[in-house]
Amino acid sequence: MQATEEKWDTIITSKAPLFDFRLGEVWRYRDLLVLFVKRDIAQVYKQTILGPLWFFIQPFITTIVFTVIFGNLAEISTDGIPPILFYLAGITFWNFFAEALTKSSTVFRDNANIFGKVYFSRLVLPLSIVMNSFVKFCIQLLMFIIVYVYFMSVNDAVRPNAMALLFPVLVIITAGLAFGFGLLITSMTAKYRDLYFLIQFGIQLWFFATPVVYPLSEVDPENRIYAILNPMAAVVETFKYGFTGVGTFEWSYLAYSAGFMVVIVLLGILLFNRIEKTFVDII
Amino acid sequence: MRTVIKTENISKQYRLGTIGTGNLYSDLTRWWYRLRGKEDPFLVIGETNDQSVRGNSEFVWALRNINFEVQQGDLVGLIGKNGSGKSTLLKLLSKITAPTTGVIKLRGRVASMLEVGTGFHPELTGRENVFLNGTIMGMTKKEVEKKFDQIVEFAGVARYIETPIKRYSSGMSVRLAFSVAAHLDPEILLVDEVLAVGDAEFQQKCLGKMSDVSKEGRTIIFVSHNLGSIRRLCNRGLVLSNGNLVFDGEVNLAVDNYLESLPSHDDTGSNVVSFEQDDSKLFQFTYISIEDGNNQSRGKYFYGDKIMVRLGYVIRQDCRNFSVRLALARNGETLFWTFDTDENEALFARRAKGEYLACIALPDFLKAGIYTVSVSFIEMGFEKEEHIDIIRFVLDDSTFDTSTKSYHLDRPGHIRPHTKWVYTEHPVEV
Repeated sequence: MQATEEKWDTIITSKAPLFDFRLGEVWRYRDLLVLFVKRDIAQVYKQTILGPLWFFIQPFITTIVFTVIFGNLAEISTDGIPPILFYLAGITFWNFFAEALTKSSTVFRDNANIFGKVYFSRLVLPLSIVMNSFVKFCIQLLMFIIVYVYFMSVNDAVRPNAMALLFPVLVIITAGLAFGFGLLITSMTAKYRDLYFLIQFGIQLWFFATPVVYPLSEVDPENRIYAILNPMAAVVETFKYGFTGVGTFEWSYLAYSAGFMVVIVLLGILLFNRIEKTFVDII
Repeated sequence: MRTVIKTENISKQYRLGTIGTGNLYSDLTRWWYRLRGKEDPFLVIGETNDQSVRGNSEFVWALRNINFEVQQGDLVGLIGKNGSGKSTLLKLLSKITAPTTGVIKLRGRVASMLEVGTGFHPELTGRENVFLNGTIMGMTKKEVEKKFDQIVEFAGVARYIETPIKRYSSGMSVRLAFSVAAHLDPEILLVDEVLAVGDAEFQQKCLGKMSDVSKEGRTIIFVSHNLGSIRRLCNRGLVLSNGNLVFDGEVNLAVDNYLESLPSHDDTGSNVVSFEQDDSKLFQFTYISIEDGNNQSRGKYFYGDKIMVRLGYVIRQDCRNFSVRLALARNGETLFWTFDTDENEALFARRAKGEYLACIALPDFLKAGIYTVSVSFIEMGFEKEEHIDIIRFVLDDSTFDTSTKSYHLDRPGHIRPHTKWVYTEHPVEV
């Protein structure tokens, strides 16, 4: 009798154990995760005539804009790759990262109402945001592949190499970085919102620090080490290298990005879980 | 019986005021104390949470050292005035926010209905929302699928299920939302005042559903201002007052304990409540008192006494479509409402500014019990300046042997009408 007395399903205390990622809870709410992703996709095209087609129109316009502006005007080196392909490759990955990061960095603020009324694994929401961005990324990627196949047929230099197989790894690193940084930012801005004002600005700066519209080879060799400290740099460069054969690829750069991603995801989850316990009182 | 909820010394401290640079200082201090392994210095300075009194400390205890246990199958009513900590307690139990100190232990799946329709998205259809809402509340998709038809039928919105929620009337979306919650099948269900919405018929349906749920051995903790539904539904009551647990026991005793604690006027002394005046308000009550036939204000009455409510109010600007409402409740259950315009329609159309004094003679059929009076204004159909249970009085029958009477307290019924039984002169021969 005494033994069963002490077996509880849930124990709520004021402090969470420091290293408790509570991932089992996320698994329990996996259905909710899927529904959140579906909801966010569905609400975009509700009450439109074109419906889901809108998902393709936006990336299509992005592609056109890049073709016109960068294809004809910009004078920056593209390492010999056709400019359109070069910019499109960079922007496909960058947009994925930037969107997932921006949206997940306001999770607490945007969902204060629902968080204040019902408990579910809070990590589900930022995860659903990253997955939603991933869906949009896939569509943009489709545009990239169409353009890519066209250039393959007209330009013998454009061929994929073995490093293209690293593509899934690049996606995971990008998603992880956006997720981890998003969690850190939303946790840090829950109570003191000062930092929030710097985020938009910070992401723009980050864009220019990443070799999206210029190749890494354009950076002076002595400064390259600083450029590569940015974990997104190796991701974008590896993608360009794998699909066009031009660019900078080093295993060490990519390993650094992957390691950085793992650390930032763990830190993000820890801080998020800590803030989540009482954030309803401080938001 | 198994214990399914156990709380050990739980407290919750809140900080008043806004968050700004001032907080940074206390946060840093707190962090510095913790770093050295010392006790949080701010936990000792909190005050009890009496909202009406301006305290000296920025820190208040919304709950303080709450200890109780709930057994499986218990139906617990949480009773207390506004701000006594009922909702905070439910938030702690449902993991929405963590306690400042103490431990809560739970057995089984917990579902909370602190609000109906949490996560309802106006653009999504009824069907999509049922799935989303159900999974937010902790069901799996499979479980929702299995109960989907029941949910829709209970809510009575089958015809609209493929229409976006934004096209629903507010009653329909509330019904659908409650219906989802009612089919959750958790071991422990926490319910906060959700029945205040929806029409009376649906409320009855919900109460019925909840008592069915409890018969299956589930545990419910229920917060409501309607003491009548607490009495009907619950078997146990917890009374909270300013963040402290002041009573824990059988539900009728709990309700009585709460009623006796209401604006505590001496049963023999004068029984008057005055309202603080704010000249910016268009209309306000000034005072209310319960008096006997000799205009003596007191709190305790006996059968045969005349009971009058004297109500003062001020109107600072001419009003239209205006009524004053008085509600009388016996032992927490509303007995009747009355408007001053019920018998005098002319009063309804226009009411000139000025100070008013109304005298309401309560009917002489009241049955012994604890009575509470609520007052409000009704302007253009909207309730304004509502004061719930603002004053109370006791009608006592202890001076009177009622054991052979129909209106003895143990017998059913809420009133003691003077019914005339008329017989023919002589009994009919048989």
